[in-house]
Amino acid sequence: MPATFTPAPVEVEKKHTGTGGRPPVDRRPTGGGGDGDNWQNREPGKRGPREVLHRYRLGLFFGLAGDLMFFVALVSAFFVRQTAGHFDAREQWINDWRPVLIPPILWLNTLVLLLSSLTIEAARRRLFHEPDVLEEWLGLGRPAARRAMPWVIATLALGSAFLVGQVMAWQQLSQQGAYFGSNPSSHFFYLLTITHAAHLLVGIVALLAAAVGLVVTRKVEVRQILLDTSAWYWHAMGALWIFLFILLVFFQ
Amino acid sequence: MKRAAIPPSTTRFALRRIFSTHHHVIALQYGVLALLAVITGTTLSLFMRFHLAWPNLQLPFWGMIRPEDYLALVTMHGTIMVFFVLTVAPVSVWSNLVLPEQIGARQMSLPWLNACGFWITAAAFAVLVAAFFVPQGAPIGGWTAYPPLSAIAATGPGQGAGMDCWIASIGLFCLGSSCGAINMLVTITRERCKGMTLLRMPLTVWSWYTTAILSTIVFPVLLAAALLLLSDRHFGTHYFVPGGLIVAGKLLRQGGDGSPLLWQHLFWFFGHPEVYIAVLPAMGITSSILANFTRRQPGSYKLMVATTLSIGLLGLIVWGHHMFVSGMNPYAGMAFSLTTIAIALPSTVKVLAWLRTLWNGQTNRGAWRATPMLFTLGFISFFIAGGLTGPILAQPMLDSYLHNTYFVLGHFHLIMGMAVVFSMFAATYYWFPLMTGRLMSERLGQWHFWLSLIGAYAVFLPMHLAGLAGLPRHYAQMSGPTTHFGALQPLQREITYSAFLLGAAQLIFLWNLVRSWDHGIVAKSDPWNATTLEWAPPEWFAENHREVSVAPYVDGDRAVNANSAQWKSEQFPAPHRPPAE
Repeated sequence: MPATFTPAPVEVEKKHTGTGGRPPVDRRPTGGGGDGDNWQNREPGKRGPREVLHRYRLGLFFGLAGDLMFFVALVSAFFVRQTAGHFDAREQWINDWRPVLIPPILWLNTLVLLLSSLTIEAARRRLFHEPDVLEEWLGLGRPAARRAMPWVIATLALGSAFLVGQVMAWQQLSQQGAYFGSNPSSHFFYLLTITHAAHLLVGIVALLAAAVGLVVTRKVEVRQILLDTSAWYWHAMGALWIFLFILLVFFQ
Repeated sequence: MKRAAIPPSTTRFALRRIFSTHHHVIALQYGVLALLAVITGTTLSLFMRFHLAWPNLQLPFWGMIRPEDYLALVTMHGTIMVFFVLTVAPVSVWSNLVLPEQIGARQMSLPWLNACGFWITAAAFAVLVAAFFVPQGAPIGGWTAYPPLSAIAATGPGQGAGMDCWIASIGLFCLGSSCGAINMLVTITRERCKGMTLLRMPLTVWSWYTTAILSTIVFPVLLAAALLLLSDRHFGTHYFVPGGLIVAGKLLRQGGDGSPLLWQHLFWFFGHPEVYIAVLPAMGITSSILANFTRRQPGSYKLMVATTLSIGLLGLIVWGHHMFVSGMNPYAGMAFSLTTIAIALPSTVKVLAWLRTLWNGQTNRGAWRATPMLFTLGFISFFIAGGLTGPILAQPMLDSYLHNTYFVLGHFHLIMGMAVVFSMFAATYYWFPLMTGRLMSERLGQWHFWLSLIGAYAVFLPMHLAGLAGLPRHYAQMSGPTTHFGALQPLQREITYSAFLLGAAQLIFLWNLVRSWDHGIVAKSDPWNATTLEWAPPEWFAENHREVSVAPYVDGDRAVNANSAQWKSEQFPAPHRPPAE
């Protein structure tokens, strides 16, 4: 093997990963950065180019935690209603929960939503591709935004297709006679899917704002923040849908 | 503001100042909101007390207070006080004033979200007050709004449009609080200056951290419950309303197996952490002020942090103690009883730590008499008095008698109403020089403190006796045909006289506040010789490089050097510190 590929013993001791596509891991103060630099605990204002992004990501995380608790409340109402009942005049326990059959289109919708998560992740990664970001930062055009835009549009299309599919599912259900008010199980089906769809609509609006921002905004950092937060929100809504879908399919 | 200066706005529009995202402006705005709310809530309670003492007397311009009017007073008093006074003041007013400075930051992480939070909360208050003016008036379901009473408009006056206003207000409040909580969490996590490790943060910041975590977890649950209740009222659903209900002789709903118990679970899952959201910042402020005036650590720092976190987290699993008599599974009652008694442990640890701080604490001449210190001692007093009745109510056997009696009223008014409010007074007197550069009048403060302390105990201690005698809550009138409770009427009158005294004492505070704002004694830059960073010179914050290397509270040994230039130079390293005189 050429010497290039075989690390010399001194290299191994230094625990350098080299430049194989990753930044060097520097566990010893080697000078650059100066004065016992503590990379892990920099002060505000000196934490690197993604400092503001991390702040908004953290805000989104806490907001999603609250949103999760909102859905926890709805799902607990679901379980309570599933087992609720009353004694009728003949002292018989009446429980009127009849599991509703999931419209088959919901499986397609799930696939579409998962695909949309893949596309938005592709868009997000393209907007963070460092060579393109550097060009944008230098003012040499917008290669990162240009590469991300088709994937954002694909996500918007897939997300809209999901919502259209949900509407079709609701129409299919009501054609079978299961309305919002007919049976508790159909009621909760509508409640959970409509609430999720409303949240997804918020995600679509955010994605639209991110897409517009890709064209209109002047700072690359702002573009990255807009798209990154929208993307993570989108992933969260996808994960939430998986959870709700499993609940509706297997836990009725 | 003189000390903590707001950066000058680049535009002249007044709107830019009103809709400012600077946390000091938002703190003042929250403060105005809390003041308006407490004046409204106190006035409502005085009407209630007036009616209870003299049930047959008529109010001028209103006439007789009918039972439904009384219930509307109860509902609005509770809602306004719990949400717009006891949540807004501890959680939002003081954190917006001092939290960024206490962690060495210049501003909050998400200032726009912070401002949104305030305006949504202000809108919530406006919508709630509007309930008085809609047809049929304010709702009568209590601040807990139990269904089916709250779910069916035909059950009483005010349960139509008034109840809808209430639900809208609560929904908006949940959103506003969530915005504020998210901002606080991100700020505390990310904006700490160099050297400000988590274990060097003041205890006030720890309390706001825990409060923000609790808020993020529980307010969305209340929002969901409120939306489900709205759906029951307007979209014919049956989340909380069982079938076959007969209201006013009419069968209302045929089907549906809704569960009123579901509302109680959802509401109290929010409702109990809510009271910890109110009391934890008050405890943090108490620790800080005690440390300042006794010149000592407020108990073992790590212990105080641990108790703050454990009170917060344990508070999430005790909600069933509000539901012992609701008909839920008695084994669940046992579980909740155990967790409730368990939460008494960290609370007691905190109280003992404070008492330890007071024992042999450095008492510079006059420190004991300083008004913030007096109100802090008042907090500890009320916390002990109200807290001692907690373990009594935590036992289902005893609670089955005491539930919904005046005993419970005495318990929570002492520990929430008076303790937290005293802590808010302490905070006001303490941070007034920070806001205005002036001190509030000590003499008026003393009058305010002693009258309030005596008045509060005179109002709320006898309620325990009334509760033990069986006097139930929420009843507009217990005299008349029920002779047993007629014997308690002198007690009711005594409580009412004391309540008016207590209310009058607050006028002293309001006068002091207004007068001192522009005409108080000018204070020096750090009038209490405090050690937390909000008192640091503004130039220190203007510097880009801010570093902290010591813990915020003065330790025993170093108390001797507390006023020396040498110690000050440790906390605020040169050249940012102006030369010592």
